[in-house]
Amino acid sequence: MDRVLALNAWVLYVFFYAPILVLIFFSFNDNNNVAIWTEASFRWYGEMFQNDNVTSSLRNSLVVAFFSTIVSTVIGTLLAISLERYRFRGRGALDGLAYLPIIIPDVTMAVMLLIFFFQAFGIIDNLFGVRLNTGLLTITLAHIAFSISFVAVVVRARLAQLDDSLEEAAADLYAGRWQTFRKVTLPLIAPGVAGGALLALTLSLDDVVVTSFVSGSGATTLPVYVFGLVRRGVTPLINAVSTVMLVASMVLVGISLGFQRGAEARGQKLADPEALKLEMAID
Amino acid sequence: MTTAPVTPELEQAAIRAESRRGFLIGLPAAFYLVLFFAIPLVLVFVYSFATRSSTGQTVLAEWNLESYQRLFTPGVLVIFLRSLLRASVTTAICLLFSYPFAYYMATRTPRVRNLMLIFVMIPFWSNFLVRTYAWRVLLGSDGPLSQLSQNLGGEPIRLLFTNSAVLIGLVYGFMPFMVLPLYAALERMDWRLVEAARDLYADGWTAFRKVTLPLSMPGVVAGSILVFIPSLGAYVTPALLGGAKTVGIGDYIVSQFLAARNWPFGSALSFGVMFVMLLATVYYFRAGAKTL
Amino acid sequence: MANPAVELTGVTKRFGDEMVAVDGLDLSIEDGEFFSLLGPSGCGKTTTLRMIAGFEFPTEGSVRVHGTEMALKPPNERPINTVFQSYALFPHMTVAENVAFGLQMKKVEKSEIADRVKRVLDQVQLGRRADAKPSQLSGGMQQRVALARALVNEPEVLLLDEPLGALDLKLRQAMQVELKDLQTRVGITFVYVTHDQEEALTMSDRIGVMNEGRLLQVGRSEEIYEAPTSRFVADFIGEINLLDATVVGPDTARLGSGVEVGVPTGGAQAGTEVTLALRPERLSLFDLDEELPSGSNRLRVRVSRRMYFGDVYFYDVDAGLGAQIEVKEENRPGVELYDIGEEAYLVWSPQAANLVMA
Repeated sequence: MDRVLALNAWVLYVFFYAPILVLIFFSFNDNNNVAIWTEASFRWYGEMFQNDNVTSSLRNSLVVAFFSTIVSTVIGTLLAISLERYRFRGRGALDGLAYLPIIIPDVTMAVMLLIFFFQAFGIIDNLFGVRLNTGLLTITLAHIAFSISFVAVVVRARLAQLDDSLEEAAADLYAGRWQTFRKVTLPLIAPGVAGGALLALTLSLDDVVVTSFVSGSGATTLPVYVFGLVRRGVTPLINAVSTVMLVASMVLVGISLGFQRGAEARGQKLADPEALKLEMAID
Repeated sequence: MTTAPVTPELEQAAIRAESRRGFLIGLPAAFYLVLFFAIPLVLVFVYSFATRSSTGQTVLAEWNLESYQRLFTPGVLVIFLRSLLRASVTTAICLLFSYPFAYYMATRTPRVRNLMLIFVMIPFWSNFLVRTYAWRVLLGSDGPLSQLSQNLGGEPIRLLFTNSAVLIGLVYGFMPFMVLPLYAALERMDWRLVEAARDLYADGWTAFRKVTLPLSMPGVVAGSILVFIPSLGAYVTPALLGGAKTVGIGDYIVSQFLAARNWPFGSALSFGVMFVMLLATVYYFRAGAKTL
Repeated sequence: MANPAVELTGVTKRFGDEMVAVDGLDLSIEDGEFFSLLGPSGCGKTTTLRMIAGFEFPTEGSVRVHGTEMALKPPNERPINTVFQSYALFPHMTVAENVAFGLQMKKVEKSEIADRVKRVLDQVQLGRRADAKPSQLSGGMQQRVALARALVNEPEVLLLDEPLGALDLKLRQAMQVELKDLQTRVGITFVYVTHDQEEALTMSDRIGVMNEGRLLQVGRSEEIYEAPTSRFVADFIGEINLLDATVVGPDTARLGSGVEVGVPTGGAQAGTEVTLALRPERLSLFDLDEELPSGSNRLRVRVSRRMYFGDVYFYDVDAGLGAQIEVKEENRPGVELYDIGEEAYLVWSPQAANLVMA
């Protein structure tokens, strides 16, 4: 029986990695035809970096991801603290509201935000005569909207694990609220905050649907640009771009794992969107 | 020398001050979520009752149920059903392969387990679009798989733009979402219970059926939801790997907004999908709870 | 007394509308004493301790430390330190950093901090582990770090919340002796919460027994043990036999079986329903034909069980009073053993019993 299971495991690993490896392999192909192998070259990588569309959309992606990560991490951490450590009226409602972005599919999210911005711009136009438009700002705002909840879930999990007598001990030892937070709470939830930030970063860099809805005709991000390209057909350039995106995201994973190893012993669930959903669902 | 001792009023005041602090800390998030999430959700609901003008603008005044009525027309229902079917099959396939995989992982030593986990996570963490695109490359009629089959004396593969391609793409994209909860549930399980069952004369298969399987149900339920729901509303995968004949609810909604410019109908569709997803979630939870 | 270390007046803590954790507590703890709050789980002793520390806000009452009202002050403004049940050591700081924490918060000079930390760590024999992280230390060592971290601040009162609960028996007993010595040397008032009555009896100068939010009896260990004033206290501390009886005259009461026995009745009136509290070690078994000490109470009993504990024997005997009576006899060479089913006389001196009201 064990051998059957092992075989199944290997089959799945091949299944998981083969497409990626093929892609990387062909990105070095010095041939226009995606499937026929000619010789190894960096031709497409060179072309990639000279392509204005690629570089500008890459830059946009990074800018949006940067701001969206920072803002959503801060807000998400605050949210986690307020939900986990305090009781107040409306806490239940906030708790529920905070979970919605996690379970809502991205198509719906995209629709919601598109309509929202459309309406909002209309109202602002009527009130102030200023015609706003979708662009990097709306993309960033949208990314923050769906990232906050994920950050909050990760940080909350970490907070819950924290012995709350630690914060009492700090107070017992003459620390004020802010001092307790700075010297005891924050260092101890730092892995959670970092995990949440990484999550927000990944969600932002990965996003296609929501971004394409709220970006309008102006700015575009790398995944959206690639998506547009692919719809028109497979080219080696896309292979190269994809490989870069792939490697970059894998490096991010590596960093995240390094972080989480360094900070915590076994039992730490890796911070990723669906693992969080499973935490909720199972518990 | 005596300062005022405490009274119930003072205690209440202290409790209120504490509450207020918590409220204020959560305020930025509350504000952001209400503005950019709750209100948009309400707007979608409102839009679903609006009318589409001949130029594609949304007229908010003439409220009607036309969009919702259109949901039940055969053309739309077909799309819904196709998506449902596809999502169900995806979930079933994922479960079928993931459960043995997760079981295997959970029964290895901690070091092997962690290693296996990492190697599952790596492709999973990499960009979703790219991973789906990889199948576009693989499945093309002049792609590597096709070449391989031709070299082996067979025909070129014509999988691209069919339902099967979308299915493969969905399974590929979402299988880790099934593996992880299953693994988590199995890893958490108290394996001594299985030992107890064996001690009480159960054979391997019976012990699995009566002890392991029911206890891992929360993982099965969680994984199923995590695969079913995104599969149902999937857009990127069908858009990349499918064609005109494989339109699912995800890309149908998108086309209402980007192409057909029928926002009320798109909104109604979105709500319809959310409703179905809610039902699915409730169903899964009930089904999962029953086995325990 | 002038300026007790801790004075609680009318302290009450209610959670919600129904749950009363602490009910109108009045307590005075003397300067420099080792005071224990003893009681079963849920009796309110920990809540009381937390109110002294400042982690709970009382619903009513006053909490004074050396005369100053503290009830309205947050814990970081009270000259009190706590040793937590879970030790609550900061996992991301070394032992030395943990111990230095309170001094840093009070903005003590760096050189002085280093000095004091070193001294107190030496006092608890952890001088060499100053740079270790808490996770690298054993339970007993962690407990001493928690102690050091509290003591280094030279608080006016030290609170200890069941600090020895997580340790195994031998270690716990050793730590009990150490803590008591430490307190005597340092001279700080200790307020110690525990549910272990042996612990309380051996370590404390005085004990306060609590149940269901109320303070039932306060006194020295000997008083609590020898002269319990309520049925609960009698039952909670050590082993006890409780016999229902009715007072029939001065220093005489009648047991349920009709037998009259001598017992100090105080001023209790004839006809009062009382309970006789008898410690098993004050009871003795005599052969039916032996001469019994004069003036002693005697009951004819039948032995129903005998249990061997190494240093003592416990007998359960039936005196026709309903419940069994427990007798504790030392296992000394030459002491007679009684078999199950044998009849004997149960003998005790009238002074050995206590009358408690329900």
